[in-house]
Amino acid sequence: MHVLLKELELPHATVGCVECLSVAVLFEQVLLSFFGCDAASLLPRSPSLSDFVRVYRQQRSQCPSKQTRYIVMEKAELLRDADANLLPALLRLQELVEDNVTVVLLSEIVWDKFRPNTGCFEPLLLHFPDYSKGELQQVLSRDKHPSYSAEFYSSYINILLGVFFSVCRDLRELRHLAALNFPKFCEPLAEGKVKETDAHKLWRNIEPHLKKAMRTVYLREVSSLQWEQMQQTEERDTAAVRGLSAHTHVELPYYSKFLLIAAYLASYNPARTDKRFFLKHHGKIRKTNFLKKNEKTSNHLLGPKPFPLDRLLAIFYSVVDSRVAPTASIFSQISSLVTLQLLTQVSHADQLDAPKYKCAVSMDFICAISRCVCTCFLIHGSRRENRIVQVNGPFTSFLLKENVFFL
Amino acid sequence: MSKRKLLQAHLPAGECVSQLQEVLRQRLCHQQLPGRPEGVEAQHKHLLELLKRTSVHGESNSVLIVGPRGAGKTMLLKCVLRDLQEEEEEEAGKNLLQVHLNGLLQTDDRIALKEITRQLHLENVVGDKVFGSFAENLSFLLEALKKGDRSSSRPVLFVLDEFDLFAAHKNQTLLYNLLDVSQSAQAPVAVVGVTCRLDVLELLEKRVKSRFSHRQIHLLSDPTFAEYLGRVRTRLGLPDHFPDGRFAADWNASVETLCEDKSVEEVLRRHFNSSKDFRSLHVLLMLCLSRVSVAKPSIRPADLLEASRLCFADAKANMLHGLSILELCLIIAMKHLNDVYEGEPFNLQMVHNEFKKFLQRKSNSMYNFDPPVILKAFEHLQQLEMIRPVDSSSAKTQREYQLMRLMLDHSQIMEALQKYPQCPTEVKQWAMSAFG
Repeated sequence: MHVLLKELELPHATVGCVECLSVAVLFEQVLLSFFGCDAASLLPRSPSLSDFVRVYRQQRSQCPSKQTRYIVMEKAELLRDADANLLPALLRLQELVEDNVTVVLLSEIVWDKFRPNTGCFEPLLLHFPDYSKGELQQVLSRDKHPSYSAEFYSSYINILLGVFFSVCRDLRELRHLAALNFPKFCEPLAEGKVKETDAHKLWRNIEPHLKKAMRTVYLREVSSLQWEQMQQTEERDTAAVRGLSAHTHVELPYYSKFLLIAAYLASYNPARTDKRFFLKHHGKIRKTNFLKKNEKTSNHLLGPKPFPLDRLLAIFYSVVDSRVAPTASIFSQISSLVTLQLLTQVSHADQLDAPKYKCAVSMDFICAISRCVCTCFLIHGSRRENRIVQVNGPFTSFLLKENVFFL
Repeated sequence: MSKRKLLQAHLPAGECVSQLQEVLRQRLCHQQLPGRPEGVEAQHKHLLELLKRTSVHGESNSVLIVGPRGAGKTMLLKCVLRDLQEEEEEEAGKNLLQVHLNGLLQTDDRIALKEITRQLHLENVVGDKVFGSFAENLSFLLEALKKGDRSSSRPVLFVLDEFDLFAAHKNQTLLYNLLDVSQSAQAPVAVVGVTCRLDVLELLEKRVKSRFSHRQIHLLSDPTFAEYLGRVRTRLGLPDHFPDGRFAADWNASVETLCEDKSVEEVLRRHFNSSKDFRSLHVLLMLCLSRVSVAKPSIRPADLLEASRLCFADAKANMLHGLSILELCLIIAMKHLNDVYEGEPFNLQMVHNEFKKFLQRKSNSMYNFDPPVILKAFEHLQQLEMIRPVDSSSAKTQREYQLMRLMLDHSQIMEALQKYPQCPTEVKQWAMSAFG
């Protein structure tokens, strides 16, 4: 859009709707681009749309233009959240100011979602088709490195697209990934091990690297700077990357870990199974008709359920191997888990005697945490329930059924 | 006789085409007023009569012009005002003062009042700034209007665009005062409201409604297909005073042949069946016009077909075309969930589960992505508004468990799959299988 407007040298004003916290910013930018800063200063302190149109009309009568003026608004979907009259007024701007002005709205969201309740002046809709794989390859090959040949770079782009195309089609993301990973791709070339045309070896070198990039940089778990530093240091590392949501990022005290595990068990196991798992001598649980009917959806799919504090403590005491006294430090650790957003408080803040909580962490987090704890947990996740059997010490006999995890 | 014809100007082709574009675009984009409004003669006469009574005889009136969007209400009003201006110059009588207000711009009674005082150039306006508070301005305006009577003061016409938005102001003070002045024997005032809502009278308060004269002009035009075709001809035809007569004749002839073409008639009939108003017709003709160039100085039936296809294209299906394979697989998984559970909301974990079932069956390691990658694809779909959260309480639940609904239709997804470039066959087969 910019290239077109600049090439044709048309008078235009570009407004990024993300920057316009209030409409005053929008009005000022438009008046500034079209008529200069004295026009923008004519607007009163908190201008309404009426003031904007009035000042525009005055300016237009002072300096009429033979060409059409263009106002380009990026991320136009944010206009829907502004005042209800702003979008319809902008669509009718040509009528209201009686000038040759065109408003161009750029957005990723379809027009049907923009339409206000009582209708508005329907704009012309132009669809920008997405890039195909070939077109992406062409565009990405344009920013080639000066010291390498064009075919070399395009073979690199080919490999990159092969890995990332099925996941992401955004040109900006792909460009970023291409720029970050190119030095690594050229490494064996620089070290003299491989020639430019040796495609297979280059592929073998770069492929695990790209796969790692998908898990980390693509997800913005590590920043680009960290990624480049990691490339320069020892590559053969099997330790977990210190990403934003890495489990090693948070260091919890000993009892907090057990509290968190107990919270996970309380959230994902139904309450009636507690007796069976955590007591030494339990009876048989008879399934009633009601239970048989509602067994279909696994708790893993529906999300964590809330549990009262007493249940948490009961499970906690049975899970912890040593005897723990119910002191204030245990309770304060529960509150700090809530502050860290590893638990969420479901009950109202002023219900002090029976607070309810929910576990807000995933299975991987729990697995990582219990690895630090020296007991082994066996999680038998069937379609219906989560059975956790605690096996202490060297007793490693367990039953192998479906979806068995050993931590 | 023949010598006169030889002296007609022949402009070069490029100039002709640009002149043509200018004339037609003025008509289509700039709401140029036609010489005579078509299909609304009775309403035109009624309104003209009313305004004449106000400006010449000093009678106060109020009227509402009601019609759906794009029916030509503003155009009718402007035509009437233009005709009134032309007539007034013949009579050395009073001139009508006009105040134009728009509900979209004047969102508040205060702003509206300032605008009125500015447009009437009352004494409390210096340059551009209006002095005084709202109450002072209101009393000043009412004084100014009340002092006159039929014989000595100039009639004022208030045009209120988007009248229904004025009814949403606090206490409807502006409407009340304007209609009050129009009912009492004071300065002659005409209040013309223009609105698209057919139930606008329900929005008025009782005291405002009772002061309104309940005069409504409805623009519910119902053209036949022949009239619609006629409109296309008039819109595209060049006027007689076009500089190059031969080019204009050629162009008009090509428009005639275009309108008689069978495929064009089908396309126009389709448009006529979906909406009969001017605006959608203008959009269609505008798209055709943009293909006219020096190399191709006429509109062909293929252009019209192409423009029609663009108008009727499904935007969401186009967006689906641009998704990555992973996102497409997620949408297919959601479609299966919708089919099995009959439209109940789902969350990411359920979709991921469904996707894993597909992967297990196909034992294809190409689509084995980590859960965070799948979460990112899911969030991209949410950003494109293909899925929408059921309730907006995002603080309480984790992102993976938040319930969502799919905003796409079954048929849209299947259609998009057909057009998707290089869609893997197993994905297509999965989509078409009945039970996931």
